[in-house]
Amino acid sequence: MKRRIFFSVVGAMALGFAGCQKTASNEIPVGEFASLTGKEATFGQSSHEGTVLAVEQINEAGGVLGKKIKLLYEDNASKPGESANAVNKLIAKDGVVAILGEVASSRSLEAAPICQSNKIPMVSPASTNPKLTETGDYIFRVCFIDPFQGTVMANFAKNSLKEQKVAIFTDVKSDYSKGLAKFFKEGFTKAGGQIVAELDYNGGDKDFKGQLTAIKAANPQGVFVPGYYTDVALICIQAKEIGFDVPFYGGDGWESSKLTEIGKQAVEGNYFSTHYSPDAGGEKAKAFVEAYKKRYNGKSPDAMAALGYDSAEILADAIKRAGSTEGDKIRDALAATKDFDAVTGKISINKQRDADKAAVIVQVKDGKFEYKETVKP
Amino acid sequence: MDWFLQQLINGLALGAIYALIALGYTMVYGVLRFINFAHADVLMLGAFAAYYLAPAVAKVFGPATVPTALTVMVLSAAICAVIGMLIEFLAYRPLRHRPRLTVLITAIGVSLFIEYTGQHEKVFGAATKAFPTLLPQKEIIVGALRCSSNDLVVVGFTAVLLFAMWYIVQRTKVGMAMRAVSFNEQAASLMGVNVNGIISFTFAIGSALAAIGGIFFAMRAPGIEPLMGVQPGLRAFIAAVLGGIGNLPGAALGGVVLGLIETFFGGMPGLSDYRDAIAFALLILILLFRPAGLLGKMQMEKV
Repeated sequence: MKRRIFFSVVGAMALGFAGCQKTASNEIPVGEFASLTGKEATFGQSSHEGTVLAVEQINEAGGVLGKKIKLLYEDNASKPGESANAVNKLIAKDGVVAILGEVASSRSLEAAPICQSNKIPMVSPASTNPKLTETGDYIFRVCFIDPFQGTVMANFAKNSLKEQKVAIFTDVKSDYSKGLAKFFKEGFTKAGGQIVAELDYNGGDKDFKGQLTAIKAANPQGVFVPGYYTDVALICIQAKEIGFDVPFYGGDGWESSKLTEIGKQAVEGNYFSTHYSPDAGGEKAKAFVEAYKKRYNGKSPDAMAALGYDSAEILADAIKRAGSTEGDKIRDALAATKDFDAVTGKISINKQRDADKAAVIVQVKDGKFEYKETVKP
Repeated sequence: MDWFLQQLINGLALGAIYALIALGYTMVYGVLRFINFAHADVLMLGAFAAYYLAPAVAKVFGPATVPTALTVMVLSAAICAVIGMLIEFLAYRPLRHRPRLTVLITAIGVSLFIEYTGQHEKVFGAATKAFPTLLPQKEIIVGALRCSSNDLVVVGFTAVLLFAMWYIVQRTKVGMAMRAVSFNEQAASLMGVNVNGIISFTFAIGSALAAIGGIFFAMRAPGIEPLMGVQPGLRAFIAAVLGGIGNLPGAALGGVVLGLIETFFGGMPGLSDYRDAIAFALLILILLFRPAGLLGKMQMEKV
């Protein structure tokens, strides 16, 4: 019995050592956590692919500070709680100098306090909830935030769609959804519109007819659904089934090919705001689309892929300007980012450590996302 | 009034699916006195079987036709029946005479095993897949009320299957053997009942029901993923307990009650985010006053 315990201890130690991802001295370890499996997997996979592409390109071009970037990534399975474990491991065990991630705001909010207390800079590609960068001065993002996105959609509904009475249908489980709903409501009422119904669902629900019937009874001209693509597709389908035929619109959580694959006819004609459209971008965006297609077998990059790419590029740029891999120096360099020419447009990091940049609005048409307009901050 | 009737239709349609799934829980419980937690995952496997079969079957009968839907359902149900028997044979049979808790924990283990194996990218992958249209769908409009033809099909199917189950259990020889095994396994085997065969049969039927429930669920919400069974599975389990577990009409009633409660509270502005809390609080209340469930009978424990 004793011997067995001895062997299992030795075995565990050996496993522990083997599990350590060794970083050579000519490499800079950078951590990434993403939802590679689970409910928001297409987001996580897209942003991960973008990040990987950026790191590969940077290394091909000689790396930063004469060293190659080594990307160490962890999957949080889209689950609450897992991101904290992932980030703790990346910092404590792998000794990363900075963290990239996540798309979903709720996941990023779990990781941010850990990065902050360890003084490791964190760059989120696409978490738009304002609370994220309020966590502390080491937390950055390369996307716009919900007040902007919510207001953009409120103005779009009021001015472009000429709607007066709308309803809001929020995912109460998601910080992202609640944030967008709040700022949409403020923006829309400020513009003189009226919110006639506010209902909630739980992300992951499969039945929305109860709520949709109630929304329909309030007779809105449009419905703002700031949710994620799977839920949104099902909501649009079930709305059609109860004969509820008004435009639905939402935020960047809609952007996934799954939206049209699942929603088919039911999502046609609806709108959402997002970070980028391949049709709206300049030279940099074109080069990115080409490189991405080449790297991933002809797959077109979505906004999350573009943001994943940008997050890695901005971080590499900051390390280069900092001339060091120390947390506080990278932090200062990140904070000083100005007019960086990124795939999703010119990015400047503002005082709140958020990106100042434009949003685009797209419409679902024939199963594709068609560019409608660009809205500057 | 229209609002009320519309919600009634929505709730009944949802409840019918819960009822269908709850029937499977209750069948297995009735015979073995244990909750097969893997039932929810067999439901998911049923939906995925249909997802992979549908394109092939559609080539023969054409996409979205009644023969396609029926063939896909029968084949998926058959596949799941075999899977159900396998699960019983591999995981539960070796533990048949162990404490009930051991089997229960094993059931949870089987459930997690199926869910996480399914999430591996070489199996189904974690991302949501679009479920194909199996049945031609029509909207039925009466005044201001609307209902999808699929909803009627679900309600009809559930009623037919409920009757079929009742008939099998109460009026056939196999059913008599099932009841005998449920009553006293040892005595039944002494009377010449093939206990292993009967239990396999029960799992086959329960799993086939789960497969059909899964397909209907996927038709209503056509995004399927390896964890899709968890939520309806939990609801159906509660429905089975609410109706009186082990009791077939009870499972159906429980499902419908739960579907109605969820739909009505989900549709109340201001209360919609408490939908599940209210639904489950009501269930606790009902069970406080009727611990054996709505249609369950209290059983005296033999000392």
